[in-house]
Amino acid sequence: MELIKKNKAENTNETSETNADKSKVNKKPMSFYEEGHAEKVQSEPSIIDVNNVGVVFNIASEQLNSLKEYFISLMHHELYFKPFNALKNINFQVHKGEAFGLVGTNGSGKSTMLKCIAGVLEPSQGTIKVNGSIAPLIELGAGFDMELTAKENIYLNGALLGYKKEFIDEHLQEIIDFAELQDFMEMPLKNYSSGMVARIAFAIATITEPDILIVDETLSVGDFLFQEKCEKRIQELVNSNNVTVLLVSHSIDLVERICDRICWIEKGEQRMLGPCQEVCDAYKSLQTS
Amino acid sequence: MAFKKGLTTHKSVSSSTWNTGVKRDWFILKELVTKDFKLKYRRSILGVAWSVLNPLLMMIVMAIVFTHMMRGGSSDKFPAILFPVYLIIGNVTFAFMNDSTSQGMTSIISAAPLLKKVKIERAVFPVEKAVFALVNFAFSCIAIVIVMIFFQVPPTLNFIFIPFFLLYLTLFCIGLSLFLSTLAVFFRDIIHLWSVVIIAWTYLTPIFYYPSLLPDWLQNLEKFNPMYQFIEYFRSILLYQTTPSLKANLICLACGLASLGIGYLVFKKNERKFILFI
Repeated sequence: MELIKKNKAENTNETSETNADKSKVNKKPMSFYEEGHAEKVQSEPSIIDVNNVGVVFNIASEQLNSLKEYFISLMHHELYFKPFNALKNINFQVHKGEAFGLVGTNGSGKSTMLKCIAGVLEPSQGTIKVNGSIAPLIELGAGFDMELTAKENIYLNGALLGYKKEFIDEHLQEIIDFAELQDFMEMPLKNYSSGMVARIAFAIATITEPDILIVDETLSVGDFLFQEKCEKRIQELVNSNNVTVLLVSHSIDLVERICDRICWIEKGEQRMLGPCQEVCDAYKSLQTS
Repeated sequence: MAFKKGLTTHKSVSSSTWNTGVKRDWFILKELVTKDFKLKYRRSILGVAWSVLNPLLMMIVMAIVFTHMMRGGSSDKFPAILFPVYLIIGNVTFAFMNDSTSQGMTSIISAAPLLKKVKIERAVFPVEKAVFALVNFAFSCIAIVIVMIFFQVPPTLNFIFIPFFLLYLTLFCIGLSLFLSTLAVFFRDIIHLWSVVIIAWTYLTPIFYYPSLLPDWLQNLEKFNPMYQFIEYFRSILLYQTTPSLKANLICLACGLASLGIGYLVFKKNERKFILFI
């Protein structure tokens, strides 16, 4: 009984403490990083160079998934395409050590932009230059196999990210500690909650300093304590000035807290590009209007 | 504070952390094969023994059924009593091709969530399925050895040709797997069609009957059946105890290289478009 009480007391302590942290951060968003961080990174060389990028999807060709459909439309001469501009004329540079955010409403092209930067989708127009290693947070069900244990998944995921085996061997304990899942390492992942998987994914991706860390919605499934832990880690990485963080989120608060600069994409077009506060205010006014 | 166990930052990045190029693909391949292997036998009591038991049981059933049926025909290459050895070699070899193509075909589609996020060599996935089938084939070979010991078929010097056989067949399977996985991305019908093709191919290949039982025209056509060539090559090493001729070697090598070449070209030409269809 006593123990539980004590735990509770500790917990409330912690929450009040972190809440205090949060409110402090909310008041002065720029204090999240070292003094003048945003200005400093502007002078760094650009690590991601997005130049006049456009992506066009052919809606018709996406739907022809069977031979029958294909030949029928071929015979009817109906193989014309309905082009859909997922992205149009996107231009921005991300500098080394910068925390860069992508915001926009649903279906506005944020994920398409990320795919282009990650190199899995080729833009129809324009060019993207990326100088460095990219560590994406591989979400639930992608780089993980539900039947494997957490430990086995760490190796699989690490391999997919491009880590060396020796590196994973060395840092296995650290990953486990950061994810706070010491007691569950030999358990198949299917028994994990999505938040627990997100913890492992985050721990694996940030165990080293990648040149570019891509963070998207995966974070949002963790509980608030872990989210804060992740934010703190992201902040550490950004402060080191070696890591560029690319954040995509619907949570405008998160973006506001973490990012130096933001690109706002709306319906495939670049609406605004600039310092965090400016763009966030403009984006928020969209909600109220 | 709540964050005592933060990560220590690793300054010495690049060289000790990241795999590059082929080494990276190799590590992914290894991890994927390990994964498939673990998953195949997890929670089964006999575990990996099934890879040996399966072809054995299959052979016993087929031997019971077909020994009587094949009484009329015969082969001049080996004594009739060794029919079960004839069976198991054909079966195991065909199963290798069947496994690698059936699983390789859907490998790109199943890896879709990953391929949408991370830039990795896409060919790793179909190749992995062929390699995994090769691992299973290796276990099945234990079953062949058991049967050969049972029937007292002595090993010969011809066994040095086994690595060549494995090379030819693996190249063939990888190529076919690459080709089918590309096709399956654009036309899912292939997945259904292929199961029919596999059954037809099984019957058209002399696995459980002697080629001499076929009508002449079909016997002539068998020359163009790569699986027949591979199976006969393997049988000549283990069962007929003859050295595979140069011609047989060239035919099998050509089949392997042609399949790999076509598969690789088709895959590489289309892989950029995969993301739009998966």
